[in-house]
Amino acid sequence: MDISTLVAGILTLAIFTFLYRDNPIYKMAESLLIGVSIGYFLVITWTNSLMDLLFNPLFRDGRLALVIPLVLGLMMFGRFHKRTSALSRIPIAVLIGSGAGVAIPAMLGARTLAQMSATVSPLVTEGGGLNISSIVILLGVLCTLSYFYFSREHRGVLGQSAKAGTWFLMVFFGTTFGYTVMSRMSTFIGRVEFLLSDFLRLAN
Amino acid sequence: MRRKVPQFVCALFGILLFALYFSSHPLARALSQLVLVEYWQIIFAFTLLVGVVSFLKVNLKSIERGEDRPYRIVSLMGLLSMPIVAFFWGIKGGTPFMWIFENIQVPMQSTVFALLAFFVVSASFRGFRARSVSASVLLVSALLTLLARSDVGGLLSEHLPVVADWVRNNPSMSARRAILIGIGLGSVTTSLRVIVGIERTWLGGKQQ
Repeated sequence: MDISTLVAGILTLAIFTFLYRDNPIYKMAESLLIGVSIGYFLVITWTNSLMDLLFNPLFRDGRLALVIPLVLGLMMFGRFHKRTSALSRIPIAVLIGSGAGVAIPAMLGARTLAQMSATVSPLVTEGGGLNISSIVILLGVLCTLSYFYFSREHRGVLGQSAKAGTWFLMVFFGTTFGYTVMSRMSTFIGRVEFLLSDFLRLAN
Repeated sequence: MRRKVPQFVCALFGILLFALYFSSHPLARALSQLVLVEYWQIIFAFTLLVGVVSFLKVNLKSIERGEDRPYRIVSLMGLLSMPIVAFFWGIKGGTPFMWIFENIQVPMQSTVFALLAFFVVSASFRGFRARSVSASVLLVSALLTLLARSDVGGLLSEHLPVVADWVRNNPSMSARRAILIGIGLGSVTTSLRVIVGIERTWLGGKQQ
């Protein structure tokens, strides 16, 4: 067995020990994972963002426009001192402001309008029959939206519609839950397969 | 002043980026690209550095006090090992940096992800009780999806996967669409509130 498989197998088992209960072996593996993950993202961010987008273009190619994000980035370090902590609000303001400005048209287009246009489809087929799927989708969207409408008390028609909306929501939560469990299960099967075939060599 | 300047900067960038969306002029495209790609990534990189410094400070303080000392030391060793190996051997395939990533980080991360399967199932076993119509609908749709996505579903009935697909593509999709419409409207409202300065919680501290 090569050293890579040995290390990966031992660490996989260390994480699985949590199924028994919280223990020092698990805590040690967890601490290692936290440290290594932060170290990995630090190196990748340093290489891909700071070197490739900032330091090389600024100091090697002379793109002086990048002085602005450099100064904004350095302002973030103001957080570590009480007297300079207000400085870190400026780069945060740039992120929040530009994010909000972009979000208005993007969210309207990609979320609200795209979903509304997909919902509005023919309810009667070419042969004259009812398109059950389209009717269910239209009803489901209207009922679910009425559930989220809080400007009026949920009574009468609105109450009935909101109640039907909760059923549609429950169907959505149920299917999402099912898919989540299945994705986790497939990852679990993958790890057990690795342990049995590569690490312990009990199965082919 | 400590709050007004950031608010002004926020409004300025918000209005600028919103206005740039409606222009196809190359200068407008280049400007929005500069802010959204370069400024964002660079500032985010610095925020990560701030996070790392903060992590180091918290862990060093805990080691000094003797709280969870072995775990904190392992965390710091893991954190420091990555930049060190990256500095000496680089980060391309086949380097010690990638070896640590592939044989330490990835197996542990996917195992933690797999562990959640047990907790999700055990929590749902305790929580899923058909006490009302809504709870029963949730239970039935979850079971339907679970059965249809496993081999058992196909053995029970050949129609089960078809029904599960229909449920996912129609009633489930309709609720998802309504939620997305709500998210879209909510995001637009929040963004407007941020730009005009009504929403100021991002500034932190006391509201003035």
